[in-house]
Amino acid sequence: MEYSIGGLRDMFLGNVRRLEDILSYANISDDIAEIDASRLVHKEINDLMQYCALQGVRKIVLRGVCGQRYLGTRLYFPNPRPRLEIEIHGHPGNDLGAFLDGHRIVVHGNAQDGVGNTMDGGEILVHGRAGDVVAMSMRGGRILIRDDVGYRTAIHMKEYKDKVPVLVVGGTAQDFFGEYMAGGRVVLLGLNLGNKPHRARYIGTGMHGGIMFIRGKVEKWQLGKEVGIVDMEREDWKLLEKHVGDFCEIFGFKRDEVLGGDFLKLKPMTKRPYGKVYAY
Amino acid sequence: MVELVRGEEMFSHMLPEFIVERREDRCIRCRVCERQCAFEVHKYDKELDMVFSDEKKCVGCQRCAVLCPTDALVIRPHPGEYRRNANWTRERIQDLKKQAETGGVILTGSGNDKPYRIYWDHIVLNASQVTNPSIDPLREPMELRTFLGRKPDALELRFNGGDYEDVEVATELYPNVMIETPMVFSAMSYGAISYQAFKSLAMAASEYGTLFNTGEGGLPKELRKYGKNAIVQCASGRFGVDPEYLNCAAVVEIKIGQGAKPGIGGHLPGEKVTLPISVTRMIPEGTDALSPAPQHDIYSIEDLSMLIYALKEATNYETPVSVKIAAVHNVAAIASGMVRAGADIIAIDGLRGGTGAAPKIIRDNVGIPIELALAAVDRRLREEGIRNKCSILVAGGFRCSADVVKAIALGADAVYIGTPALVAMGCTLCQKCYTGKCNWGICTQDPYLSRRLNPEIASKRLVNLLRGWSLEIKEMLGGMGINAVESLRGNREHLRGVGLEDWELEVLGIKGAGE
Repeated sequence: MEYSIGGLRDMFLGNVRRLEDILSYANISDDIAEIDASRLVHKEINDLMQYCALQGVRKIVLRGVCGQRYLGTRLYFPNPRPRLEIEIHGHPGNDLGAFLDGHRIVVHGNAQDGVGNTMDGGEILVHGRAGDVVAMSMRGGRILIRDDVGYRTAIHMKEYKDKVPVLVVGGTAQDFFGEYMAGGRVVLLGLNLGNKPHRARYIGTGMHGGIMFIRGKVEKWQLGKEVGIVDMEREDWKLLEKHVGDFCEIFGFKRDEVLGGDFLKLKPMTKRPYGKVYAY
Repeated sequence: MVELVRGEEMFSHMLPEFIVERREDRCIRCRVCERQCAFEVHKYDKELDMVFSDEKKCVGCQRCAVLCPTDALVIRPHPGEYRRNANWTRERIQDLKKQAETGGVILTGSGNDKPYRIYWDHIVLNASQVTNPSIDPLREPMELRTFLGRKPDALELRFNGGDYEDVEVATELYPNVMIETPMVFSAMSYGAISYQAFKSLAMAASEYGTLFNTGEGGLPKELRKYGKNAIVQCASGRFGVDPEYLNCAAVVEIKIGQGAKPGIGGHLPGEKVTLPISVTRMIPEGTDALSPAPQHDIYSIEDLSMLIYALKEATNYETPVSVKIAAVHNVAAIASGMVRAGADIIAIDGLRGGTGAAPKIIRDNVGIPIELALAAVDRRLREEGIRNKCSILVAGGFRCSADVVKAIALGADAVYIGTPALVAMGCTLCQKCYTGKCNWGICTQDPYLSRRLNPEIASKRLVNLLRGWSLEIKEMLGGMGINAVESLRGNREHLRGVGLEDWELEVLGIKGAGE
């Protein structure tokens, strides 16, 4: 179907082919499907992934991915709730795993902006770097990024009781790291910095929930005015051992070396950073 | 932050806003007023067997006056005045004193109460006389049913067989939502309003066949059965946005802005984040629920497009996506961009739109009237040939069914009603929503107060309101000789301006009365 808006081609839906015309791009054997994504637009890939999942496929391998958005977003199946494993080769586009409903995505390549945007559960692993607003408003599950991330990472991440999202970044981050954080656990490892300090400014500005752990050098002026440095507790080390341990295993780092570094624990100083701004 | 010197260390210079008059001959000391007032105005003195009133605390919500069994109470604006001054009004002086005592941003609730020109009151409607018969809606069919969503550029029909009996639409249609009357309830979040008020809106929308809007506070699990009557919001705080929330809804709305506070975010104060609120919003109890001013994944029309299609992906392209903005300068160009970005519905909230809490300075000074914004947007989209690509929902200060009819004639598909719905439930526009002490049980999370609102009864009041307005709309349509609200949409020939300047008529796209 031709979609156009006021004579302009619809960037998203223009020339999208019907499912029956693209089935040949998927190769299903048992519960594994392999999809050649190199000639598919994002809606076609998600159409195919949805189709595969409904056919009983539990593992999908996407090859030749190059900039297609929203991979994994359409996989909401309320009942039953199959959990898929999605392997991506190439470079997925923005909003990878947005609103993700409990599936596991492994990316062999770099990711762009909005990885795990408002993700509800599941896991995203990126064997490479990621762009801005990684884990924005994330609600549950885990994201592990091997290298660096961009601006405003983990902005407005949330948590409730036992649903606590976790983000581990192996490299460093840009400004506004953990901005507005309302919950969750964020770990920044700085493994590619050597002896150089992190450069991000306004770390945790507006933060009012959750905890951040930063390995490596950070000066006080780099922190937002709403966060404070507190002492590490036993619980914290247990959390780091689990998630950083997994991180090292998956991406091939030396666990003891990584965990042996200096960790800075940052917490918001108040749950109500702006309570005093208003006249009642 | 500089530590502020708080008011409690000073003697307050504020005048009371209301005077409480108790007719002693009627008062039976039943203490209803004392129990009803969360602001603690009334106090019974056992020894003296008298009820005293602390007028400085009175907000004029009239709860005590309405519930007093002997009508012993009269609450009216305080007659105490400063020297008359057209520039330095009582409100200006009081605000100055309040800020001198607190050093804070003055908060308020409800919609803009300043005397900006209300264009609805300068637009009159047409009726049929001689040349065109009017229609009696009591005896003839009258269609108010409205479909919200993107419409195709053209309809291709397929005739099977030669008898024209078996016809089907060959064009692939976009998802649309049917509502029985061109009115839906405005976005009011669970958190801003009480569970009871929220549920009342859901029940009323479901019963009447229209929609309510969850605002950005999520939809509690047990209310998801009302999902097919819900517009669910995905706003900058992304509170309560999970895959089920998106998929249970009739419409998903991206909230960019709000008429009462364009350009700024929202702060639900920690004291309103009680346990049930924290479950729905997914933040710890007592934490401020902060909605950032921008959506941090949207800094441009292209980015908006990205979120629109993310939501379409998340809902399997089965749900129309709405984008709500505040009416501001260049609203027509912005709306055009929104439609091109893929919005199926564009919602515009005007200068007089309500709020649960907003800085007063923003509420009273930012944005443009909805009448002008609507006319500008409708014209721009028609000129660009993309008006069919979206439905237009307008919000912000609709007071009666005539306002709705005039809005539809100016190009709206349907109208958001917020304040009328609140008033139907009991609200008296005291503007103290932000205190969380609403005596009417609407804008509060205190269970003692919110219990006062019975959803069975409140939803009945809301349904009555929709029914009354719908009947009036049918009367007005019939008078114009129109039998379907579709035929009124953008039909400016049925409007005339009274007392408007040329430029205003030009923007509204209507003629002056007498022409």
